[in-house]
Amino acid sequence: MLKFPIYLDYSATTPVDPRVADKMIPYLCEKFGNPASRSHAYGWEADAAVEVARVEVAALINADAKDIVWTSGATESNNLAIKGAANFYSGKGKHLITVSTEHKAVLDTMRELERQGFEVSYLAPADNGLISVEQFKQALRPDTIVASVMAVNNEIGVIQPIAELGEICRDKGIVFHVDAAQATGKMPLDMAALKVDLMSLCAHKTYGPKGIGALYVRRKPRIRLEAQIHGGGHERGLRSGTLATHQIVGMGEAFRLAREEMASENLRIGALRDRLLKGVTEIEETYVNGDLVHRVPHNLNVSFNFVEGESLIMAIKDVAVSSGSACTSASLEPSYVLRALGRSDELAHSSIRFTLGRFTTEEEIDYTVKLLHAKIAKLRELSPLWEMHQEGVDLDTVQWAAH
Amino acid sequence: MFAPVYFDHNATTPLDPAVLEAMLPYLGTRFGNASSRHDYGRAARRAIDEARSRVAAAVGAHPTEVIFTSGGSEANNLFLRGAAACLRPGLLAISAVEHPSVREPARQIVAAAQGAWRVREIKVDGEGRIDQEDYQATIAEQPRLVSVMLANNETGALHDVEALAAAARRNGAAFHSDAVQALGKVAIDFRKLNAAGVNALTLSAHKINGPKGAAALVVDKRVELQAQISGGGQERGLRSGTENVAAIVGFGLACELTCARLAAGAEKAAALRSRLEQGLLGLGARVFAAGADRLPNTSYFAVPDIEGETLVGKLDRAGFAVASGSACASAAIEPSHVMAAMGVAPEVARGAVRVSFGAGNTSEQVSEFLAALGETVFQLRRLVALAG
Repeated sequence: MLKFPIYLDYSATTPVDPRVADKMIPYLCEKFGNPASRSHAYGWEADAAVEVARVEVAALINADAKDIVWTSGATESNNLAIKGAANFYSGKGKHLITVSTEHKAVLDTMRELERQGFEVSYLAPADNGLISVEQFKQALRPDTIVASVMAVNNEIGVIQPIAELGEICRDKGIVFHVDAAQATGKMPLDMAALKVDLMSLCAHKTYGPKGIGALYVRRKPRIRLEAQIHGGGHERGLRSGTLATHQIVGMGEAFRLAREEMASENLRIGALRDRLLKGVTEIEETYVNGDLVHRVPHNLNVSFNFVEGESLIMAIKDVAVSSGSACTSASLEPSYVLRALGRSDELAHSSIRFTLGRFTTEEEIDYTVKLLHAKIAKLRELSPLWEMHQEGVDLDTVQWAAH
Repeated sequence: MFAPVYFDHNATTPLDPAVLEAMLPYLGTRFGNASSRHDYGRAARRAIDEARSRVAAAVGAHPTEVIFTSGGSEANNLFLRGAAACLRPGLLAISAVEHPSVREPARQIVAAAQGAWRVREIKVDGEGRIDQEDYQATIAEQPRLVSVMLANNETGALHDVEALAAAARRNGAAFHSDAVQALGKVAIDFRKLNAAGVNALTLSAHKINGPKGAAALVVDKRVELQAQISGGGQERGLRSGTENVAAIVGFGLACELTCARLAAGAEKAAALRSRLEQGLLGLGARVFAAGADRLPNTSYFAVPDIEGETLVGKLDRAGFAVASGSACASAAIEPSHVMAAMGVAPEVARGAVRVSFGAGNTSEQVSEFLAALGETVFQLRRLVALAG
């Protein structure tokens, strides 16, 4: 039994796993104490639950609980990491490095730091969405203090070479931050092996609740940060504010399930994604965005040529997907990530991001493939550009008359 | 299950069952990201819009004046750091009894500015009331920013923020008030406050039987703020990040319910507090800020020669959850800055215990508490006498 719309937008957000919700509810009800209340059982109980969750979050990335700082989400973690480190280490230098395809939470933070006098290098990825180790090395300067490269891209799902980049940064004494919001539960992350100093984590992309995230802050070697939210001194002074016990418990449980189920889940989801890929690439003039090897199993981002983007989204509204990143959907500009891969505006506009997840079924994939075949054929029938293409006209040579 | 009587509502409050019901769908099938353009996303967006209207209505503000944040601490930081970043540096004035989430960002603004920003703490008297002479002197220095809380979390003392803002405005200050403890306990009319010169208020859900994780900065659009969390542009660019729909929905309903119950709730709390303080008199306890206008539910007191920490520990075992000093002063052993500002001697301040009532509390519970308190004090005094 299909439920409409079919949800294939797991990278925008995920449903809270019922097992996670079950764990959270008591902390919304009878166990409502403020974890900072040291004077009674309500507080102690809440505090104990927070510490259990901290261990679970750390365990998913093979870190120690003491390395985990609670935040309100990955956006806040990115801000804390980048602003926090840049400001703390600004005496050593003012140069920062990042990638032009990072999430807005990183890019806008970098822009803010530029306004404050820092200099930022934005590395341009290759057509497959990946940056190279060479390119990164070349961007280094004696005054580089912080680099930020996401583990998994939210739009195209590609995995950057963070292990190698970490080695370089450690060697040069550069603070290395990784936005792992889209990575948790989708690829192994081992902080004992990775030379990553700061890592942003969030719950709602991994079947946990919205409004809660964490920042991994390395203690060996010790990374220092300037706090961004000051107050009662919570989280070792790095992030003040009453902890939302139920949300933290939710994130802990979500990460525990991710650790236990990731391997088998990835196999299942990868197979479904490949089924979707096969069905989609049977359609003419489709282009997959992003490297097909270095990518997580959940993501498929495809551009459909000779189809108008908005019409396409409307035509397939039985399926909830994304065209461009959810966080910037307020504007109808073509995705800056796809443009960075070299896609034209038109092709960028007519792209769809399909992201699969824990509750995706084969039936849903098959329905989606059928729908795409039907609707794209229909839209192309109405498209004069498609007609010209079929007649063998090279559209790049056409002189379009202005009206 | 051992469930102590909860007398610590200023630290946090239990969730109203109606609020839980309202939130559950957003932890279930209505899980969409509000920025997504499909049905799931649009449903989330509508829920946020509705909650925003409810929060605004609760304090007489316009929905466009409400910026959602993850907590009261964050909202205080957003106003202070955000406004300071857009103003020419100068004087920042805060009361001497502000919550750490106002004191610490103020301190940080000064530290980062290397002399360009200065902070002045407005003195309070022995009852925790703003020292009018010191306030006038502060205003005369033409502060750019002033922050005075509506109600103090430790003593419950209320400040006449409307009058204070009117005085500050004449000298061009932007005025903020941390209303986290006041919401749901006393009436708040932002329109009226704003007309007098209050530019912003901080509100928090978990103090009004709403969920932790949602709060708001209510701010007059004429104040320029620099966003402190950059990214996808949510909250009109002032606070980026995927919205916590469930908590925001809970916050909206909690605001609506709390306003409906305000008068009756305040009356009931005041009666409980009266009963408590009569009993405290009998024990020779000193009640702090008794001479000030206070929140109806808060009683901050000390029993002579009895350590607050010891007392609350024993009271917990006797089945009563109370607080010694503020919950947020996590590992501090020093007496609170509020007590120090009121000129209370450290030895006396160390005895401070806070009782704060809420919707579920009863008269019988207060009587039982007084009995337990009396018994505990008697035992502790006996120990002291035996020891020495």
